[in-house]
Amino acid sequence: MAESVPTFTTDTATATAPVLEVRDLSVSYGTPRGPLHAVDRVSFDLHAGESLGVVGESGCGKSSLGRGLMQLLPVGAAVGGSVRLRGEELIGTSNSRLRRARGEDIALVFQEPMTRLDPLMRVSDHFVGAIRAHRPKVSKDEAREMAREALAQMGIPRTRADNFPHEFSGGMRQRIMIALGIVLRPAVIVADEPTTALDVIVEAQILDLLDRLRSDEEVGLMLITHNLGIVAETCDRVAVMYAGRIVEIGPVAEVFADPKHPYTQGLLASVISVDTTELVSIDGSPPDLVDPPPACRYRPRCPIKAEGSDRIDPALTSVGADHQAACLLYEGAEIGHGKVQA
Amino acid sequence: MTDDAVLEVRDLHTHFGVHQGLFSRGDGAEVRAVDGVSFDVRRGEIFGLVGESGSGKTTLGRTILGLAPATSGSIRWKGEELVGLGEKQFRPLRRHLAMISQDPNAALNPAMTVVQGVGHPLRIHGMASSRAEVRQRVAQMLERCGLTPAERFLDAYPEDLSGGQKQRLVIARALITEPEFVVADEPVAALDMSVRAKVLELMLDLKNEMGLTYLYITHDLASGKFLCDRIGILYLGQMVEWGESDGIYDDAQHPYTRSLLDAIPLPDPSRRDRVKRLPRGEIPDALQPPAGCRFHPRCPEAFAACGFEGRDLVEAFEERWTSVDEATFERELDMVGKLGDVEVTRQEVRFPSGQPHELAVWLREHGEQLPTRVTTAIDDVREDADAVVVRFRDAPEPAIQDVDGRQVACHLHGVTVRPDGDHVGDPDAVTAAREPTPTPSWRATGEP
Repeated sequence: MAESVPTFTTDTATATAPVLEVRDLSVSYGTPRGPLHAVDRVSFDLHAGESLGVVGESGCGKSSLGRGLMQLLPVGAAVGGSVRLRGEELIGTSNSRLRRARGEDIALVFQEPMTRLDPLMRVSDHFVGAIRAHRPKVSKDEAREMAREALAQMGIPRTRADNFPHEFSGGMRQRIMIALGIVLRPAVIVADEPTTALDVIVEAQILDLLDRLRSDEEVGLMLITHNLGIVAETCDRVAVMYAGRIVEIGPVAEVFADPKHPYTQGLLASVISVDTTELVSIDGSPPDLVDPPPACRYRPRCPIKAEGSDRIDPALTSVGADHQAACLLYEGAEIGHGKVQA
Repeated sequence: MTDDAVLEVRDLHTHFGVHQGLFSRGDGAEVRAVDGVSFDVRRGEIFGLVGESGSGKTTLGRTILGLAPATSGSIRWKGEELVGLGEKQFRPLRRHLAMISQDPNAALNPAMTVVQGVGHPLRIHGMASSRAEVRQRVAQMLERCGLTPAERFLDAYPEDLSGGQKQRLVIARALITEPEFVVADEPVAALDMSVRAKVLELMLDLKNEMGLTYLYITHDLASGKFLCDRIGILYLGQMVEWGESDGIYDDAQHPYTRSLLDAIPLPDPSRRDRVKRLPRGEIPDALQPPAGCRFHPRCPEAFAACGFEGRDLVEAFEERWTSVDEATFERELDMVGKLGDVEVTRQEVRFPSGQPHELAVWLREHGEQLPTRVTTAIDDVREDADAVVVRFRDAPEPAIQDVDGRQVACHLHGVTVRPDGDHVGDPDAVTAAREPTPTPSWRATGEP
C-alpha cells in the first residue's frame, strides 16, 4: 500500500524527511449499531522540532487519532492505513516492536497523570522500571540518575525523586509524566489534553516546558487540545478535525488570520477570550459517526452550505502555501474525500 | 455599605477540621478554605469570583448559600444575617438564593424525569398546588431556557440530553422558583467551546428578563471579563484584589492578578511572544499556608517585606538544584547538609552542615543566585561548630488597601499589617519595612 501513497511534501517541509508520516489512518470501534469510524482516512506529516496542534470539539476523533498512532486502543478497535516513524511502518508491525516504540520512539502524555502513576511506587522506581524495560543493561543506579536528570529538566527538585506520587501536586505529577515520557529521548511526543485538568498558570508552565523540549531536543510534538488559545500560543501548524477527518491544516499564523473552512471559522469565532465583545456559537453538534451525514459532514451545521456539498464529500485541497481545506468553496475539493489531486 | 448592596459579606471564615476519618492527621489541623473575606454584591450586577483550584471560591459560594457552615463573620442578605441560621430558618430563603453548579451530571438526579427534577423545588417550597401546575410551570421554564419544544423534554431523563441541554436543565431548575440571587459555579467549564457561548448568552438573557443578580464563580478570567461588572480575585481563601472589572483587566495592581492575566492563552499567534510574568510553582497546601503574603513564595515581585520564612530558603535551594549540573548539586548538597535533617521554623532555619563556614559565606556572598529573593529577607546568619542558623526579618501579612479605586492586599503599594494575620515575627517591628519598597515591574517598564 505504501507505493500508492502520494507524497505530501510542503513548502516549509525541510530537506529532511518527516519524523512521522501518517497516511490514510483510520480507527474504528465496534458498536451494537455497527462500526463507528472515529478516524476516517487521515493523512499528515510531523517534522522534528515541529509542533502540530490538533483541535476540534469532543467526539471529533482527536484522541482516537493520538491513540491510533500508537495502536493503544481498546479491544475490538481496528486500525488501518500507514504510520511511518523515520520511514519504518508501525501499522501491522509486531507487538514487541510496538512496545519498544512506545517510550523509545513516541511518548504519550495524557490528561490525568494520577491514573498513570502507581501510588505505592516511589517516583524514581517508575523511572527505573520504564528505563530497564527498554534498556536492560542500564543499572538501577544509572537509571535513578537518569530519572533525577529528567525530573530536574522538568523543574522537579532532584531531592524529591524518591517521594511517592501523592506527595506531589497535580502540576508536578504532570511534570513527572512528561519526564517519564522523555527519559528515553523519543523523537515524537503525543500530548493529549495535557493541561486540561490544570489551572491556567500551571498550564502555561507545562506548555512552556513542552515548548522548550521541542526546541532544545528537536522533538516532534503533537498537541491534542480543545483550546485554540493553546494552539495559537505554542504550535507551528494546526490540524482542525471534524467528524473523524482533518478538514483544515496549515501554518498557525495563516489559519488563525484567514481560516478557510467554515468549521474553523466557527470554532475561532466561538472562542471566549479577553478580547471578546460578542458571544458566538456553532449551532448543532458533531454528527453520529456510526451514521454520518452523506456528502459534506459539516453541511448540517454550516452557515454557507457550498454548492454541491449535499452530493460531494469534499477532499482536502490546497488553499495557500502549505495550507489545505476540505470544503467545496475551493477548487479541487470536488474530487472527494480520501483522494488526492495529481 | 452602598445603598444598592443586596449581599454584604464581612470577615467571613469557613474552616474545615481535618481531624476526623481515616486520613486524620490527629493534630487538630484545619483548612481555612475561606479566611477573612469581605465584599458586597450590588443589585442587578454580575460579581465574578476568580481563582485557581484551591482558592476557596467554591466554598465561599456554598457558604453564602448556607451549604457550608461559616466558622465566623457575617453574610447579610438584604440586611438579614444568614450566618448562624439553622436549616429550618434558611429553607424559606432558598427560593430566593439559587445555585447553578458546574457538573450537570452530578447536579441532576438520573432517576427523576425532567418535569420531576426541575419541578422539585416548586413542591418543596409549596409554590404549586397541583401536578398540572408544576408541569405547566416547568414547561414554561424549559422554553425560556431554550429547551424547545418543552413537551419533547418533560418526560425525558437527564441521560437522554446532550451536555449543553443538561446545563440548560440545571439552569431551569435553579431559576424555577424565580430567585433574586444566583451563585453560578463554573456553569460552562464542563461544556465544549462551541456551546459555552450559548449557555452564557442564556444566563445573560435570563438575568435581564428576571432581574437577577449573579455571583459568577470561575477560574476563567476571559469569560469573567466579558460577563462581570466587578471582579474579586481569590488566593488561598483570601481576596487579594477586587474592584470594577475594567480596571482590573486594564491595570491589575496585585502580582497574582497580573500572573493570571498573563497566563491566559490568547487565540492570536501574532502575540505569542509577549512577556509573561508567570509565578513559580502551584497553590501550596492549604493546611500550611505561607506566612506574610500568602502569594510570596510564588510571586515574581516578592521582596524582603513579603514574609519570606524558613522553608522558603530550603525550597529555594531545591529549585536552584533543578537548573545546575550534577557536580554543583552534589557540592552544594554537601555544604547544606541533608535536607531531611534541616530544622525549620517560621523565623529560623538550622542547617546541620558539615561545612558551616562555607555555607554561611555562600549565603552572604552568593545568595542572590537563588531563584527567589529569599536572602534579602535574612536578618542574621550565625555559624557554630556543626550548624548554620539563619534568622529571618519580621514581616507582616498585608492588609487590604485602596489603590486607584480598588482594593489590593500587597506590600508593593506600601507595607501594611493585616489584623489577625499570619506574620513572620513581630508585625509591629516590621524591620523589613525599613527597606525601600521596590517599584512593581509593570511600572518600572513603563507599561500601563
